[in-house]
Amino acid sequence: MGYVAIKGGSHAIEGSKIAFDHLRTKKSDSSAPLDTDTIEHQLRLLHSRVISEGGIYHPRLASLAIKQAQGDTLEASFILRAHRSTVPRLAETDALDTSNMRVTRRISSAFKDIPGGQMLGATTDYHLRLFRMDLLNESPEQFQAISKSWMEDLNLDSIPDTFPKVVEALRNEGLLAPLEKQKNQPKPFDITREPLVFPLPRSAALSTLARGEQGGLLAMAYTNMRGYGDIHPTVAELRVGYVPVMMPHPITGKPMEIGEVEVTECEVVAMYEQQDGTPVFTLGYGACFGNNEVKAISMAILDRALQQGMKHGPSNPSEDPEFVLMHVDGIDSMGFCTHYKMPHYVTFQSDMDRLRATQEKQSMEETL
Amino acid sequence: MSANEQFGFLDEYAKKEIRRTTLKAVAIPGYQVPYSSREMPMGRGFGTGGLQLTLALIGHGETLKVIDQGADDSVNAVNLRDFIEMTCPGINTTTLTDEADLIQSRHRIPEKPLREDQLLVLQVPYPDPLVVVEASEDKRKVLHGEADYSRLLVKLYEDIVKFKEITISHRYPTRINDHYVIDPSPIPRWDVPKLHNSKALVLLGAGREKKIYAVPPYTRAIPLAFQDVPFRVENFYDAKGNRRTCQRCNCDTSFLDEYIDSESGNKIYRCSDADWCEEQLSKNVSEKQLHEKVMLDEQAYDRQVETAPSSENAYQALDVPQSADEIQGVINA
Amino acid sequence: MHKVLEVSGLSKRYGEGCPSCFEKTGPEFDTNICPDCGSVVAAHNLSFDLYQGEILGIMGESGSGKSTAVKCLFFDQEPTGGSATFYDQDQAYPLFSLNKAQQRRLSNHRFGMVYQNPHLGLNFDISAGGNIAERLLMSGVDHYGDIRQRAIDLLSRTEVLTQRIDELPKNFSGGMQQRVQIAKALATNPPLLFLDEVTTGLDLSVQAAILDLILEIQHQEKTSMIVVTHDLGVIRLLADRTLVMKYGRVIESGLTDQILEDPQHAYTQRLVASAL
Repeated sequence: MGYVAIKGGSHAIEGSKIAFDHLRTKKSDSSAPLDTDTIEHQLRLLHSRVISEGGIYHPRLASLAIKQAQGDTLEASFILRAHRSTVPRLAETDALDTSNMRVTRRISSAFKDIPGGQMLGATTDYHLRLFRMDLLNESPEQFQAISKSWMEDLNLDSIPDTFPKVVEALRNEGLLAPLEKQKNQPKPFDITREPLVFPLPRSAALSTLARGEQGGLLAMAYTNMRGYGDIHPTVAELRVGYVPVMMPHPITGKPMEIGEVEVTECEVVAMYEQQDGTPVFTLGYGACFGNNEVKAISMAILDRALQQGMKHGPSNPSEDPEFVLMHVDGIDSMGFCTHYKMPHYVTFQSDMDRLRATQEKQSMEETL
Repeated sequence: MSANEQFGFLDEYAKKEIRRTTLKAVAIPGYQVPYSSREMPMGRGFGTGGLQLTLALIGHGETLKVIDQGADDSVNAVNLRDFIEMTCPGINTTTLTDEADLIQSRHRIPEKPLREDQLLVLQVPYPDPLVVVEASEDKRKVLHGEADYSRLLVKLYEDIVKFKEITISHRYPTRINDHYVIDPSPIPRWDVPKLHNSKALVLLGAGREKKIYAVPPYTRAIPLAFQDVPFRVENFYDAKGNRRTCQRCNCDTSFLDEYIDSESGNKIYRCSDADWCEEQLSKNVSEKQLHEKVMLDEQAYDRQVETAPSSENAYQALDVPQSADEIQGVINA
Repeated sequence: MHKVLEVSGLSKRYGEGCPSCFEKTGPEFDTNICPDCGSVVAAHNLSFDLYQGEILGIMGESGSGKSTAVKCLFFDQEPTGGSATFYDQDQAYPLFSLNKAQQRRLSNHRFGMVYQNPHLGLNFDISAGGNIAERLLMSGVDHYGDIRQRAIDLLSRTEVLTQRIDELPKNFSGGMQQRVQIAKALATNPPLLFLDEVTTGLDLSVQAAILDLILEIQHQEKTSMIVVTHDLGVIRLLADRTLVMKYGRVIESGLTDQILEDPQHAYTQRLVASAL
């Protein structure tokens, strides 16, 4: 066995880990360690974001990732994503039908009223952004009381199980291209198994966006919304809820529900264009794990922009597939950003050598 | 840290893909072969490309060396080596270049010429030298396919016009087998000539950019230059024209790291390649003396670690003046 | 005399196309848009030969298809019909059957193209010298000193101040940008040069100087050229033979002198008569 003389390096790393964990427990005398339920529910939207960027639907591990990473969403998503690399693939389902979603929220900006109604659900959209100081000293009793009061007088029968898709209405009227054509698509591109080589199919773009880092996606979509692009989107439908995951029974072959995943889905209707002789509205689509509305809307806008770019050539950065898709992955970008903190002294030595040579040459010329 | 049951962390499908990609890379010297790079527990930018190659290629009973900037104990190297050891039970590790079957390295090629039975894996941040002149990957593929590097060469021309020198320091574009030009990773110019007709196979892995490419053994690797403006390596001569030497082992033929000595404030130079420095040193000192020296170093270091002050006692332990009188005493001394 | 280029039935149509496109368009119909399907017949049935050291003029007004024809020959556009053969160094190259790599090789090494718009022919992010260097580097020259000297020679030949060799083209006047383009096109001594409206929009004295330069090049290098223009004066000065195009068809061809003295087609007669 070869002998490895490890000096400073590994001691430093050990010490660093201890210091990091120490910071987490600083107020150990007055606060309790976070448990995964607390994170999953009281930090629900943060949790959704990490599941979405981690790309694997495991609520408990997502909570653990947030706890371990002390709230850094990029780190937490990274931990989840790395875990995903180690998990074997057991099966592949067919594409999930989101019209079967057990809806918790569902709105449309395109119509005043829609079949099933506009269900506002739990949202901060119409909150006043004023501090609720009473939350500062919330007692466990007050906490439980809120939860209890929700359960009283629940009218479980007044809500339908599923809601029809708004885009169906548009399709029926011929304002949107029929779904049948879209159903004959090839198998979706698997970005975790195949390298991205441009030009990409739309499914590759959508799956890359689905795990994209929320801030990056929003910024790029914003460039399009604000003026660079001319998408003029209207939200045909935004729905949040739980989509049943269906798999065929191993013996009978009948489709069975094996669980459900929380999904946010946004369909955006944009300008119309000619498709086989008839002008129709074009659709931008966004969907991601968890309750992530800003992300789903940004995705839908970028989806439309990229389709435009791939068809007519990009007229602004948000329509350029390489520009968008190579830069939205948080794990890639964060990793590379962080790597600048690693030792670079050999390359720097090389840089210094070049600069000195150049300066020398110039000063020699000046003295001549 | 918990890790997968799999030998080499990655599942068999991933390893197979990496090996196939590597075969293609060796068959087409210098061509960047895309692959679906997996996320690893270390960040993109920390060597996940090189790491995936090592995990897919190293086997039970083989010996691994990992270096960063030439040093085995650099934090990045330590991190990677620990991970590989943990996920590949049954491999050996070493700091001796001679003993290694596979060397994974960031930013340096070992000073000691490698053998045919050794494998060098380099960590790559940017695989494509054309990225400075063409942003679109699609268009770059066509340029590579036609070996059209004129825009890159124009950059060199403009450099010479402006600075009378080619100012590229590391990542020097190098033509492999007279066709594809590669970015040889951020190795210094010093190391580029080692690629030419190398006895060992050199593999280059870019994890974030998801490409693997290779410089096969006994292959032409020529850095881009002009007939009359040749490729130059780093200059280690002082103002008087003397070649600088390593302060530790006295070597005058290796790539040197420049330090500012914390006590004297002077510049000192040391071999970047830690194992090379050790080897040179042992040539200067007899075996027995070397052994004694190593033992003494170890003991001194361990003592230092044992008596390192805990955070509360830091001040007292370091003899820092505690009162105004003490400070006055120090000044008057 | 040595034939350099042979074009036969060159055709370019934009749009879906239908059987009546070619029958219902052209100068007799006063249109190049097919009345049945709306396709644009930019050029149709263009045939000519070009000999070494000859300057062929292609004249017509906007929309005549003259630029389209040349763009097909220079691989900027793909023709929808016809063939073209380039004869060079005892080889015959069927231009439209070559693959993209072969086409690029030919256009880098054996053709030169000068555009009306310098942004198409020059790289504005690199210096004037760099533009010429790029072309030399593409053809395999790898000696910095030689490249530099050749760039200086070419710029002085095209009467660009050699002190400005390291400046970016955007700092140059329109006329100078054209000269740099010409210098760049000549860098590899191409046997065939395409010039598309190269003097249009320039001051008269600048035009004259550039036309003089072109004649000089023809005389000294025996370069074959195709000059596309709507300007009768340019045709008169440069072209040995001329094709006159209207709505995508050649309506008249022959020796320039003959066409200008004794135009046969009504349209040519109008053109010649309206020249200032």
